[in-house]
Amino acid sequence: MVPKRRRPLEASSKSSSSMMSESPRNLKPDLPFIPFDSTNLWCGDRHGRPFLEFSPPLVTQSNGLFGPDREPKSKSQHEPSPVDDPVMDWNPRLMLSNLSFLEQKIHQVQEIVRSIISHEKDQFLDQANELAAQQQLVTADLTYIIIQLISTAGTLLPDIKKALLSTNPAVGRPGSNQKQHEILPVEVAKASQCDSLIKDLNNCGSNEDGLIKCSNNSGIEASEPISIEDHDTKDNDDGMDGENLPPGSYEVLQLEEEEILAPHTHFCLICGKGFKRDANLRMHMRGHGDEYKSPAALAKPSKEASIEPQPVRRYSCPFVGCKRNKEHKKFQPLKTILCVKNHYKRSHCDKSYTCSRCKTKKFSIIADLKTHEKHCGRDKWICSCGTTFSRKDKLFGHVALFQGHAPAIPMDDAKVLVTSNKAQVSEASSGMPGNVGYNFSGNTSLDAQSPDIKGVDDGHGCFSPVTLDSFPFRGMEKIKFQPAGMMNCTEQHYPLMSNKGVQVETSIMTDDHARTVSFRVPVYSWHLNPASEWEE
Amino acid sequence: MTKSRDLCRRIDRSDGFATLTLDLFSGSPNPNPCSYSRSAKRVRVSCASPAAEENRSSLFDSLSEEVLFLILDRLDSDPLDKKSFSLVCRSFYAAESRHRRALTPLRSGLLPAALARYPSVSRLDLSLCPSVTDAALASVGGALRSSLRSIDLSRSRGFSYAGIESVAVNCAALVEINLSNATDLSDAAAAAIGRARNLEKLWLARCKMVTDMGIGCIAVGCQKLRLLCLKWCLGISDLGVGLVAVKCKQLRSLDLSFVPITEKCLPAVLQLPHLEDLALVGCLGIDDEGLMSVKQESKSLQVLDMSNCQHVNHAGFSSLLSKTPGLRQISLAYCCKVTHSLASSLQKIYNLQSIKLDGCEVTTSGMKTMANSCRTLGELSLSKCSGVTDEGLSFIVTKHKGLVKLDATCCRNITDLSLASITSSCTSLTNLSMESCNLVSREGFRLIGQRCHLLEELDLTDNDLDDEGLRAISGCHNLSVLKIGICLKISDEGLIHVAKGCPNLQELDLYRSVGITDIGVMAIARGCPLLQIINLSYCTEVTDYSLRSLSKCSNLNTLEIRGCQVSSSGLAIIAVGCRKLTKLDIKKCYFVDDAGMLLLARFSQNLRQINLSYCSVTDVGLLALASVSCLQNMTILHSGGLTANGLAAVLVACGGLTKVKLHSSFKPLVPKPILEHVEARGCVFQWRDKPFQVELEPSEVWKQQSQEMHV
Repeated sequence: MVPKRRRPLEASSKSSSSMMSESPRNLKPDLPFIPFDSTNLWCGDRHGRPFLEFSPPLVTQSNGLFGPDREPKSKSQHEPSPVDDPVMDWNPRLMLSNLSFLEQKIHQVQEIVRSIISHEKDQFLDQANELAAQQQLVTADLTYIIIQLISTAGTLLPDIKKALLSTNPAVGRPGSNQKQHEILPVEVAKASQCDSLIKDLNNCGSNEDGLIKCSNNSGIEASEPISIEDHDTKDNDDGMDGENLPPGSYEVLQLEEEEILAPHTHFCLICGKGFKRDANLRMHMRGHGDEYKSPAALAKPSKEASIEPQPVRRYSCPFVGCKRNKEHKKFQPLKTILCVKNHYKRSHCDKSYTCSRCKTKKFSIIADLKTHEKHCGRDKWICSCGTTFSRKDKLFGHVALFQGHAPAIPMDDAKVLVTSNKAQVSEASSGMPGNVGYNFSGNTSLDAQSPDIKGVDDGHGCFSPVTLDSFPFRGMEKIKFQPAGMMNCTEQHYPLMSNKGVQVETSIMTDDHARTVSFRVPVYSWHLNPASEWEE
Repeated sequence: MTKSRDLCRRIDRSDGFATLTLDLFSGSPNPNPCSYSRSAKRVRVSCASPAAEENRSSLFDSLSEEVLFLILDRLDSDPLDKKSFSLVCRSFYAAESRHRRALTPLRSGLLPAALARYPSVSRLDLSLCPSVTDAALASVGGALRSSLRSIDLSRSRGFSYAGIESVAVNCAALVEINLSNATDLSDAAAAAIGRARNLEKLWLARCKMVTDMGIGCIAVGCQKLRLLCLKWCLGISDLGVGLVAVKCKQLRSLDLSFVPITEKCLPAVLQLPHLEDLALVGCLGIDDEGLMSVKQESKSLQVLDMSNCQHVNHAGFSSLLSKTPGLRQISLAYCCKVTHSLASSLQKIYNLQSIKLDGCEVTTSGMKTMANSCRTLGELSLSKCSGVTDEGLSFIVTKHKGLVKLDATCCRNITDLSLASITSSCTSLTNLSMESCNLVSREGFRLIGQRCHLLEELDLTDNDLDDEGLRAISGCHNLSVLKIGICLKISDEGLIHVAKGCPNLQELDLYRSVGITDIGVMAIARGCPLLQIINLSYCTEVTDYSLRSLSKCSNLNTLEIRGCQVSSSGLAIIAVGCRKLTKLDIKKCYFVDDAGMLLLARFSQNLRQINLSYCSVTDVGLLALASVSCLQNMTILHSGGLTANGLAAVLVACGGLTKVKLHSSFKPLVPKPILEHVEARGCVFQWRDKPFQVELEPSEVWKQQSQEMHV
């Protein structure tokens, strides 16, 4: 995996995250600035909020207090991004405006630092709190600026990226980490943690929390929660038009890998705890003070936060070469952030979740695994080629399509095996005609890992040719026909197959080829000890 | 060598010989020893020269196998002939063993021995063995590896998929399997069948546990299938049938009756390139809309049976019929009303020869349209149709003079008018059924006798027939089946005419025709020597004399004499005379007792089915009967002398029983293990709780009652 950087914690909204869209591999101090994507820029402005927040932190209308501060912000947002063309990669003018915008921000930070210095001289005690807050803001803003620069350099063109990487081996991953260290130690700490974080990405429980606490301790942020407008996936979906938007009629955002893989999208700016939903964050915030308990603070930030009509927005997958990547010739944008997340995990990540039942199917999204597990083992429609189907009509379509494929009846296939192994079985059973000599110790041998127990479910005992007249006065039929009922492929005995059964491997010869198929075959008491059934 | 070749030639020439006597010692071909007589079918091979007494066996040996096979080829009609042939000498025995192609064993337990004796059996009919074990089938698979072509397990139980597998895998030449009624076989068995790669005909009727998976295995495995019967296979759906249609392109005949299919599988079925016969009886999942949505045509389809498709109306039928232009036979029994619109859809079918409309509501306009739409109808069945009028029927028969079979059962409104037009236009009529057409009078019967000389089967049950009518009908000299039950007016006089006029009569039904006495029956027995089936039930005047005369009919196989005044001695004479007797009904023959049973058991070794209700038979007689090894079906209700212990002994002793009808009072008395054992052998018990009813009501009263029930 590529070394990943932890996303700055203040980037608490999904849209904001697209701003940090650069992976550290492109981090190179002497790299000339690479022009911003117009889209990136656009987003970047929204992310600029933290900068503006340094005087009063919040911009949204819910915090109407800071209304005036919106003015410079919105200006800075929209002035440099006149073009909506997502394909445009290199626009010198844009570049220039981006740079000047960055410059402006740096000046702002300078101002803050200066004011801190001046404050230091006068009032120590009174302003202690404010000072701390300002310090945190400064660090956060610096972080942001750096990321901004890096991402601007990186998102330019994949070719450029590659060229850079190849020509300049020092730009490799460790190098980039190194640079981070120099520039911003906190970030490095985050980045190093991020690797491990991503590995066990979805173990989002306590692990994650600890991680975030850790980074919090390093004092990254303590600013107020930023209530940026909430892009609920649902809302987004509802608000969006149909699928086939003409290219150019929408803007493309590209989230970076670590943002996509981050388990939490909303973070508490005080304690750093992460949340998947902003509502949960707001609930959490109540514990940090009375000011968060006001109806306004608890209210769901409305969409009206941005007065101007929102442009239609689509998302791009950061994986170059993917059809969902905006560089692809037949680029098909993803509709929502959630789509991006799912797509990226499904297509470009390791499938680390293995189904505990079948032990073959793997998933990268835990929800997919759960969905699968609901149906796993119920793939009762099996073809002789070993393919399983959850629906009968699919199996029959398959069988109709291919020559030599036939529906496989699990019990029967076990029997086929048995007949071929008959000699072996009878050896093992040592003179118990028609009986199976195997002994099961409970259900331990039912594990699928032991294919050696083939032929175990002989079942031959109950089907063995017994002349009826040798059992003159018994309800022979009762025993005789029971197996037939058992073999009936109805659903009833499927629970049996999953809970209590023998994994049987058998090779099936079709016209074209031989394949090994394994089945789980129910074990009944008379299989385990057939003698007891026959001789009362 | 020359001699044997010469013999071969002589046997070849004597195509229709009945008795062939071969004199092995006549040096030159001599026509004299070869005597022909059509009456008896027998081959007599004699060693004419007494001088060769000591060399007899070797002389028989001198006959080449070729000659013996040629002789055996001509002995197929009667199994007893072959039996006696094989008893002549060792070489004959061996030749018969090698020659036999078909085997119908009574017990599956003896199968290994029988198969060892007959190594080249190609057709194995196990329908008389109620229980066939897997071991028996395994022995079949082992012994008849290359020769077995056909096996019938339709009446057998007790085997599993393993037995079928051993047959299907080992017998590479197997082309026919009948597994009907194997209700407990499941998909595993079907998968085993699928391993018989060369299978061409498969019957799986009532295999209710076979599902789509099983039929899928068959479809994939047996791609040469030409005939497939899936009647009553309730586990099969569109998917399975669709797969069959995709995989088995050679299918000629497909029976999907009562299978829960819908129209979804019909496109694939209709696209089968050779499909000729399709049965969709009682497919309730098929409806008008579905049929109209089917766009595929089938040019090859000739026979279509859509009886009991109650959700289909004329729109659906019209749509389907427009896509099957090659139809020859169609059955729409118990479907929708036959109106003008339905009948006009028949117009597109040029070659339609047979229409079955049993139980439908028919309108006169519909019948007229049908008459105009069809071109050359050969068969028409309007059995139990309501709304059949003289006008409609006459219109049809005048248009279709080639009509051969006409069934007008229970068309109660037709009169002599219809018969006049039927007899005048359809002179080639061979089958005519007009049960319960009470309005037809003597004149109508006279016309039948006068004009329908080719008539072979005539059903006049419950008609207003009298001796005059019967005399007229006796003009149909080709009659082989005559049913004149519940004709209360007929008497011996009419029957004597029939006996004189119809020498080919094979089946005669006189059920409750109470005017009949011994005289009439004696005349029939004398005049109709080919008689095979006779029903004299409730002809209360019939006594032992009738039986004595009937004992001369050596072909008699079915005798029903319920409520007749017969005794054990009469029964004994029948037993001695009619060795082919397989079905005997002596219910309410109160005078039949153990003596009759003893003789019956002694002589009627072919008896399969017997009804002994109300007879004076005790445990002794029944136990004697148990020695009849063919016995399969017994009905014993209200036999006074029977005890539970005796019954138990009989049930155990009769190894081949498949169905036993008993009074329910016996059920708790017979030990349960015995019942279970007998059931395990393949026998089904039917427990009846009918009240004891000794006296017979007079036939007039009975008829009145039955008619009231009808209305």
